Amino acid sequence: MSFSWNIVTDLRDMWQYPFMRQAFEAGTIIAVVAGIIGYLVILRRSAFATHALGHVGFSGAAGAVLFGVNPVYGLLLFTMGGGTGMALLGRRAATRDIEIGTVLAFMLGLGLVFLSLYNGYATEAYSILFGDIEGVSAAAVLLTLEAGLVVLAVLALIYRPLLFSSLDEDVAEAKGLPMLALNLGFMLLLAVAISFAVQVVGVLLIFALMVTPAATAVQLTKRPLYALVVSVSVALFSIWTGLFIAWYEQYPPSFFIVTISFALYVVVRGGLALSHRLVRRGVSAPGRDATPGPESV
Amino acid sequence: MSAKSVLAPSHSEDSTAIHASHVEVGFRDKAVWHDATFDVRRGEFTAVIGPNGAGKTTLFRLLLGLQRPSFGDIEVFGAPPRRGNRRIGYVPQRHTIDNETHVAADALVRLGAVGSRWGPGLSFRAQREAAAEALDAVGASELGSKSLGSLSGGELQRVFLAEAIVGNPEMLLLDEPLSNLDIRRSRELVEVVHHLVQSRHVTTLLVAHDINPLIECLDKVIYIANGNVATGPPEEVLTSRSLSELYGVPVEVLHDSRGNIVIVGGENPHEERAR
Repeated sequence: MSFSWNIVTDLRDMWQYPFMRQAFEAGTIIAVVAGIIGYLVILRRSAFATHALGHVGFSGAAGAVLFGVNPVYGLLLFTMGGGTGMALLGRRAATRDIEIGTVLAFMLGLGLVFLSLYNGYATEAYSILFGDIEGVSAAAVLLTLEAGLVVLAVLALIYRPLLFSSLDEDVAEAKGLPMLALNLGFMLLLAVAISFAVQVVGVLLIFALMVTPAATAVQLTKRPLYALVVSVSVALFSIWTGLFIAWYEQYPPSFFIVTISFALYVVVRGGLALSHRLVRRGVSAPGRDATPGPESV
Repeated sequence: MSAKSVLAPSHSEDSTAIHASHVEVGFRDKAVWHDATFDVRRGEFTAVIGPNGAGKTTLFRLLLGLQRPSFGDIEVFGAPPRRGNRRIGYVPQRHTIDNETHVAADALVRLGAVGSRWGPGLSFRAQREAAAEALDAVGASELGSKSLGSLSGGELQRVFLAEAIVGNPEMLLLDEPLSNLDIRRSRELVEVVHHLVQSRHVTTLLVAHDINPLIECLDKVIYIANGNVATGPPEEVLTSRSLSELYGVPVEVLHDSRGNIVIVGGENPHEERAR
């Protein structure tokens, strides 16, 4: 089947195949969860911790493969363990890049050993590292849905205190919010989100799904609620379009998803930088000495 | 506490915001300051003054219920301090906010009112109005839609102040709000705070290094130095005699022609005492 400009027909064509339907279903759930969690990751300055948790999850997934268990359980175990560790070390722990990087490298090495002990080495490693969204089974979609709903439900419950503690830790603490529990809760939600997002883009590309869409969103809006909507939209657009293109082109969907997510970020940042420059030039327009007005207090 | 109830329980319940009797605070076995006995009445504007590390923020931690006194009793509105007291608005000492924080200022102010509530919140309009009103009360209406990362030091302090008053607290604790501001911005912020004290009758404690921007509007000074605490009207506390007693070394309080105060000789009292 070749590409036609009738997108509806195209989608109907590819959705005849269960694996493509499942890819779109899993991708949609993960885009919503990753888009929302990603915004909080940015506010809490935990982007590197997010990246690292993916790598911690890699050794868990590789270990699970070695023991013949579903890799997602290994991912969950290790990312939740890592997240708990970071939370117990305090909120600042998630911003310590040297310690995190040290653990990250070790966990990646550990994963490598697990995989080399396993016979099916190459394909398993490939799908954990770079994702295999077209290989998501119907059962995995169901599990993803369940996990996604749990994450969203917990998030709805703790959203405002979490946002408050992310923006203004000292005041939130004085107001009686349980800082350790909130931090732990967030790291666990992050761990679950990462474990399932690995199905789409793999541990190495997790940043493009968990952080980049939200990074694009905060450039576009200052309103937390709108930022969540934009972040989810960007993640959805990246995954859907990536899957769509991958149907016609013989390259892995992860590549397209990551590229689209990156391109949107670059276009938004570049566009904003350009518009700021134009505005500034407009202000100091001809005839005036470009005297800036009094700085507002 | 028993002494207080014998004296005038009903009176103190009505007009006393803070009651401290022989309070000592410390980390481990080292006392930060000791034997502090004072009252702050409702609606008073009090400055908490003293050198770095004297324990000014520690006083706030006591009042917020984040720390307990190692000796003595302290009461806020007639009850022991507890964490999460909605009657207190708090602005902690902050050095900077990351200029990459792309979040609108009024979103933070709104969280001052609803940030500690669990569950999804849907009453947007009421929140928005409360935030707008709080920003207006500190003369910062135009800052609501700006992103936090783009605000100057003085602008940020106003937003933090709005965040603290949005829940209509009866007491405000402001920790070093003037520390990063030049003289003009300091005086402007003090005017805003003074206006709040008068218009809302909110009991306000403000930690500062320098008393001069505040001196004209203060009702009371809590001076913490050298492990001691002196409390009273500014003209009683800020004298050579009272500060010499407090620091334990000769201190001189000088006045310039415009009423500014210079305190000479009290620097590094901890070191002098330790030697």
